[in-house]
Order: sequence, then structure tokens, then C-alpha cells
Amino acid sequence: MLSERFAFLLFAAIALVGAVNVVTRRNPVHAALWLVGSFLGVAGLFLTLGAGLLGAIQVMVYAGAIMVLFLFVILLLNLETTPFEGLSIARGASLLAAAATLALVVVPFATAKELRAPATPDLPELPATAGNVANALFTKYALPFEVVSLLLLIAMVGAIHLARRPRRGEPA
Amino acid sequence: MAPQAWYLILSALLFGLGLAGFVARRNSLVMFMSVELMLNAANLVFVAGSRDHQAARGTACALFVIAVAAAEVAVGLAMVLALFRLKKSVGADEARELRA
Amino acid sequence: MSTLPVALLSSALATPPAAAADSTPPFWTSLLMVLVVFGITMTLVPLMVLAERRISAWMQYRVGPNRVGIGGSLQPLADLVKMLFKEEVQPDGVRGFLFTLAPATAAICSLSMMAVVPIGGTLAIGGWSIPLVVADCDIGVLVVLALSSIGVYGITLGGWASNSKYSLLGGLRSSAQMISYELTLGISLLSVLVVSGSFESGSFRLSEIIRHQAESGLWNVVRLPLGFVLFTIAAFAETNRLPFDLPEAEPELVGGYHTEYSAMRFGLFFLGEYAAMVAGSSVIVCLFLGGWHLPWLAPAVTVGPGGAVVQVCVFLAKVLAFLFFFIHVRWTLPRLRYDQLMKFGWKWLLPLSLVNLLFAGAGAALGWF
Repeated sequence: MLSERFAFLLFAAIALVGAVNVVTRRNPVHAALWLVGSFLGVAGLFLTLGAGLLGAIQVMVYAGAIMVLFLFVILLLNLETTPFEGLSIARGASLLAAAATLALVVVPFATAKELRAPATPDLPELPATAGNVANALFTKYALPFEVVSLLLLIAMVGAIHLARRPRRGEPA
Repeated sequence: MAPQAWYLILSALLFGLGLAGFVARRNSLVMFMSVELMLNAANLVFVAGSRDHQAARGTACALFVIAVAAAEVAVGLAMVLALFRLKKSVGADEARELRA
Repeated sequence: MSTLPVALLSSALATPPAAAADSTPPFWTSLLMVLVVFGITMTLVPLMVLAERRISAWMQYRVGPNRVGIGGSLQPLADLVKMLFKEEVQPDGVRGFLFTLAPATAAICSLSMMAVVPIGGTLAIGGWSIPLVVADCDIGVLVVLALSSIGVYGITLGGWASNSKYSLLGGLRSSAQMISYELTLGISLLSVLVVSGSFESGSFRLSEIIRHQAESGLWNVVRLPLGFVLFTIAAFAETNRLPFDLPEAEPELVGGYHTEYSAMRFGLFFLGEYAAMVAGSSVIVCLFLGGWHLPWLAPAVTVGPGGAVVQVCVFLAKVLAFLFFFIHVRWTLPRLRYDQLMKFGWKWLLPLSLVNLLFAGAGAALGWF
């Protein structure tokens, strides 16, 4: 139990530090790399919650494929570090709104009495193992599963078409 | 066991950071990354709820979120590339005319 | 050591497999396993450095390094000393921290892959059952895939941080190649999981896959020959070995992503590449060639100390044979051009791996295996 809390704090720290750096770094490559770090922290959090499959998939797909795609685009576009634009009134107001939303969400969680005590005792089998998830995916959620595969196909075709350079003689 | 509240507060913080990043930054790639951060925060809530309610459907839903995020990133980055070719910049403020 | 966090997390979180009425071993056995596996890996890597040069020399009808030590056995040590003492030349404009992080990432990911590879079955000693793995976690094989996904960053960042066009091109090409062949790797892996009945037990442990091969007496290479070939080809592409080494080939891109690296940072890239070879060979041996299992010499899963030594020796022999195959192919086949490489990966290997998965699924459902 103590080791799980320690693991939670460690991975939570990684995720938070990564997140803060993503939104503050001026160089987009550095921001992308900090995001990878944050994703690895979140993957660790999934592991502490007993979702081994999801943790591995998070690393494989999110940190290992989506962010590589991000990095490709950033490196190919050869973007420079953008200087700090300065805090305008509109931006300050929107940041304040974001902070207010955050407080609105965090405060009830932090003060709710039901959530304070650890509700579930130590379980012999955690629910999010690969077997259980696979069961749910292929029986109850088989339709969304198939729809998602179709969605990925559509996304692939769309991305290839959008990013294509117009050939000679074709309008852009 | 780490209490449920800790996971929810952490995911709220991550979501807030993503929101702040989306709102404050004008580089469309960094805005995209902030969206991914928000999606991750949501995933964390899903999986934490899956453990708390002893149901695998939370994790299954998180899996769907990851798949949809992958599709969204592919299409979104293709659009950013197309926009870059047009405007020579990735600033979100650059694309403000309907004409090419 | 990079495998320690994985061992820590695994022993804190993993459900131990059904032990044969013995209690779970204490924590220090995990540390001992880390030492053993790390020792084996770090012995195999310099051995590979030497073996590559001697075997290529033998194949090319020359001698190779044989001055340093008996038959050149201390040559890797000489190489290491050279790399430690060489001057670190950093070109102008390299991006600081990332320049050092990139080779470190490549080395860490390859070495960590050995954490989930079982070098033997279950050792029953002193009332404990000690599985001869560093981290026998529930998501065993997925850790291998995840680490190879992270290993892509080592190369991409190495190419970019060098601030040189050859390096950037080499890095981007190599990472595109690696992520393309990861698909074939994953789908071939899936076919092995289908055949091993892992989907009923819901675990991805490599020790389960080997146990299934041991108990049925048939290695997966016999059940899924196409899968074996596909996984091997994909492993060659993942480790950037010929015939897929265009991103680092000298006549093509000067040195690709490691052009601007010298001394110990290059040594780390070197270490990462050979460790990836060792890890890849170990995973292939576990998945397809039965791991530590040999029909008459090492048939049982749970053994005493003597049997464990036999199992480890069988495993090492198989890994060494496969590494010889890696080296042999490198000096035999010509290099694939980059567009040929990508075409091969997407238009041939991916459909074939899906056919293989279909075959494996049909076979498992109809009871052919």
C-alpha cells in the first residue's frame, strides 16, 4: 500500500512537471518532448491502477506513435522558437477563466467526504486486466470497436489527402 | 491503495493545465498538444473510475479515447501541414481569412 | 541499472503466476535476477562486437582482429578504452541536453527489454519458486513493443540534435522505418499469442508462451513458420541491421544519425544497437524457438538448481545461434534502398502478417495446433 502511494506520487510528479513544461516551453520540440515525459508518467499511473494493458498501449500508441508523428511534423516544418508574445488583456482573462474552471472542478473532489477515505479494499483481482477489458471490448462494445476501426481508416485516408502536395496541373 | 480523490484531483490539474495551454498559446502545434493533455486527463478519470467501480468498461472507454485521439492527431496534423504550406506559419492567428 | 525500476514496479503490482504450492520468493531474488540478466547481456554485447568482426572476416576470407588477447578476445575492451578516452567532438550548434539524452535513450530501451525475457523456467529451491525472469509482469510482451516504440526517440532526437542535414535525414528515415516495421512486429506477435492460448488466461507473459511450447513439446516456429520469418525480418528492421540499415550506412548518409557523435556518446549508440540485437534475438528465441526448452535435455518448467543451469545454457546457445544468424545476414545481403524498404514493409510484410494472423486464429479455433 505504501509502495502504491509512493508510485502514485512519483508518476503524478512526472505527469505534472511534464504538463507544466508543455504549456510553457517556447520551443515546440521541447514542448513535444516534455509531453512525451508527461505521457510516460500517465502510463505509470495506469499501471498503479492495475490497467497494465492500457499502460502499455499508452506508451506504444500515445508516447510512441502519436508523439513521433508530432515530432516528425515539427522537425520537418523546421519551426523556430517563438518569442514570448506578452500577456494581453484577453489572454489574461482567458487564463483566469481557465483557473476558475479548474477550481470549480478540483474543489468538490478535494472536499468530498466519500472520496477522502480509500473506498475499495485491496482486491485480489483488479478489474482492468487485459482479459476483462478484452471481454468487454469484444462482447458488449463490439460495435464501437468496429466503428473505431472504420474511423481510423477514414482518418488515414483523410490525412493522406489533406497533406498531399498538389501535382502539376492540379488545382491546390 | 491511493485514494480515488488523489487521481481525480491530479486529472483535474492536468486538465486545467491543458486548458490553460490551449487558451494561452498561439502556436497551433502546442495548442494541439494541450488538447492531448486534456484527453489524457479524461483517460485518467476513466481508468480510476474503472478501478473504483470494479468495471472493465472504464478501461475499454479509455482505449476508445486513445484510438480516437490517434485519428484526430493524424487528421489535425495534416491540416496544420496544409495550412503551413499556405501561410508559411503555424500561428493560430494567421488563418483569419476565408480566401486562400 | 535501468531494469531495476521495472523490477520494483512489477514486484509491487504483478499478480504472481500460480506457483506449485511454494511461497513467493523474497525481494532480494529479484535483485539477484537483475544482476544475472544484466551480467549476461553486458557479456553478450562485447562478445557481439568481437564476433561481428571475426565472423565477417571469416566470411570474407581474412582474419580480423586477433592481436589483443587470445584470438582477439580483449578487442572489445580495447574498443571501450578507446571510446572512453577519445575526445568528445561536438559540432557547433548541437542542442545541448538532447545530444546526450538520445544515445542514452537508445541504450536504456534496448537494455530494459531484457527485463521481461525468461532465461529459464521456474527454479524450485529452499521452498520458494523463483521464476527466472527479472520482471514477470502481466503485460510481458507488450513491454518489449512499448520499449521499441520509445527507442525510436533515441534515433530521431540523435539525428535532430546533431544540427546537421545528414543526421536529420538519417534520423527521420530511420524512425519512419522503425515505426513502419513495428506494425509487422506487433501483428506477428499477436499470432503467437493467439496460438499460445494467452487470450484465455489473459496474460502476455513470455514465460507463459514458453511454458505452452514446453508442455505441448512443439515450438512455435513449427506452428507458425510465416510468423517466424515476418517477426525476424521486422526485428532486423527495428534494430537497423542490414539489409535495413540505410539510415546509418556510410556510403549513403555518411553515418546517418550518429555522424556527429564521437567517443562515449557514440559508444552508447553502439551499445544500444548491439543490446537491441541481443534483446531482439532473445525475444525471438522465446517466442518462436522455445526459449529455454529442449525436448530431452530441458523438458520441464519447474526445475532444481542443476536443471536451471541446463535451461540457461540451452537459452544462451539458442540466442548465440540466432546472433550468428544476424551477423551472417548482415554480411551476405545487399542493402535495401529507402523506398524499397518502405514499400516492402507496407505492401508486403503488413498484408502477409495479417494473413498469418488469420491463419493462426483459424488454427487455434479449429484445433490444428
